[in-house]
Amino acid sequence: MHNFAYIRPTTLRDAAAQLGKEHGKVMLLAGGTDLLGEMKDDLRVPEKLVAIRQLRELQGIRPGRGGLRIGAATLLSDIAESAPVREQAPLLAMAAETVGTPQIRNMATIGGNLCQRPRCWYYRNNYPCFKHGGSVCYSVTGENEYHAILEGGPSYIVHPSDTAPALVALGATVRISTGGRERGVPIEKFFVGPRQDPARENILQPNEILTEIEVPSAPAGSKAVYVKEMVREVWDFALCSVAAMVTTSGGIVGDARIVLGGVAPFPYRALKAEAVLKGRRLDEAAAAAAGAAAVDGARPLSKNAYKVPLTQAVVTRALLSLA
Amino acid sequence: MADEDRDHSDLSVTRRAFLKGGALATGALSSTLIPTPADAQLPVATESDPRRSVVEMTVNGVAYRKEVPNRTTLLQFLREHLTLTGAKMGCDRAQCGACTVVVNGRNVYSCTTLAVEATGAEVLTIEGLAKGDALHPIQQAFIQHSGFQCGFCTSGQIMTTKAFLDRVPRPTEDEARRAMSGNLCRCAAYKRILESVMTASRLMQA
Repeated sequence: MHNFAYIRPTTLRDAAAQLGKEHGKVMLLAGGTDLLGEMKDDLRVPEKLVAIRQLRELQGIRPGRGGLRIGAATLLSDIAESAPVREQAPLLAMAAETVGTPQIRNMATIGGNLCQRPRCWYYRNNYPCFKHGGSVCYSVTGENEYHAILEGGPSYIVHPSDTAPALVALGATVRISTGGRERGVPIEKFFVGPRQDPARENILQPNEILTEIEVPSAPAGSKAVYVKEMVREVWDFALCSVAAMVTTSGGIVGDARIVLGGVAPFPYRALKAEAVLKGRRLDEAAAAAAGAAAVDGARPLSKNAYKVPLTQAVVTRALLSLA
Repeated sequence: MADEDRDHSDLSVTRRAFLKGGALATGALSSTLIPTPADAQLPVATESDPRRSVVEMTVNGVAYRKEVPNRTTLLQFLREHLTLTGAKMGCDRAQCGACTVVVNGRNVYSCTTLAVEATGAEVLTIEGLAKGDALHPIQQAFIQHSGFQCGFCTSGQIMTTKAFLDRVPRPTEDEARRAMSGNLCRCAAYKRILESVMTASRLMQA
């Protein structure tokens, strides 16, 4: 790992003041579980790290307007174990619990989990791909068994976050600060696809800090589940995952949110599957129809066609568990 | 070690007793002792080089203060600067768990924690578990069940067990399995490791 300057500011304003106008020179360090690995492999060679893991303004789980406000530097283990999160947004607690290992969850923050970089092996092995400023996605003609089946192109990475699909399903808002100016963005608009920006996965500007996530309480009458399918049983990044939240009234589905992880370059909202469920009783036929609708439009690459029936089955199974 | 990584400060260890009464911090960590971020000390950049910092932390009850390059991981700091070689480097990528130590009561991967980030922290390593010749109950349990074969992963397994049992003193086997999932054992002594954890839980209650 190349050496770097390190500063641990005590206020958000001081931290933001350190940031520059371009990505990659001055970088934010939170849990470090992704960034330090990237630095060891020379994927990132920052001149300076600004440590924000212990920044007071980014800590904690507080009650907010109609839900919870979660500081971006809150640890995943704290979120998974938090009584208010388990009570008001159990979907987020379930998703946080599936991230990595106990040690990872003791180190990694929710903000970092949302901003982590893709696990594509071409990216991680420093191939000059779109993510490194190049103009090729090596997975297209290469080893693509873990790549995107939905919304791919020109880059075919999949978004690796578990908390992101859960937060999209919950309709969360992220708060972003430049130190002086602050804005709130619906989390669905926070993530960007490769057609909008093939080099990056979110809208954060080089001088901005993700400070907080506002999570509305799950609606009354709703049930939710996070299901993650992995190569290994215990911990890994998702082959595919689904965050599903279904709100029923008198046995009829009023609202459904179905968001997929691990299959698209951003958390993918399966709108067609949601539409299939609305106004119906959630039974086997409805769940199967929604599973099929979730993968409608999937275009697998040469080695990842297995992900289509896998995703379909995982969505169906997740929905049935809520019936 | 590259020359840049050598310790330019005085190598002598400042043996400031951390806990009142000077006892070693063997298992004395509790949630009430975990400093809140606001109380945490800040690392001090050296005047001559912004890429080096003076870090201060308490390891096994002993306070240390050393100047290191910022890129120094906590694992390198423990092994190369403090010569506490109990924590092992396996993958160096937060995947295998051989480097696991307990920082402020939580088990973490020291290979993927910067030493500067641990400034102000209380660190517990395998060297801090035994009291003199008396092994910690977790160590006794691992010996009793032969919870290892080659032993390379064992200090990490034991430190995860320590953090886990301090939080969940009477776990179910399933809870223990999940808690230990971030520590790989290439000899696959998993069954015996699990038995060791469950026995350690009983020994620590006694």
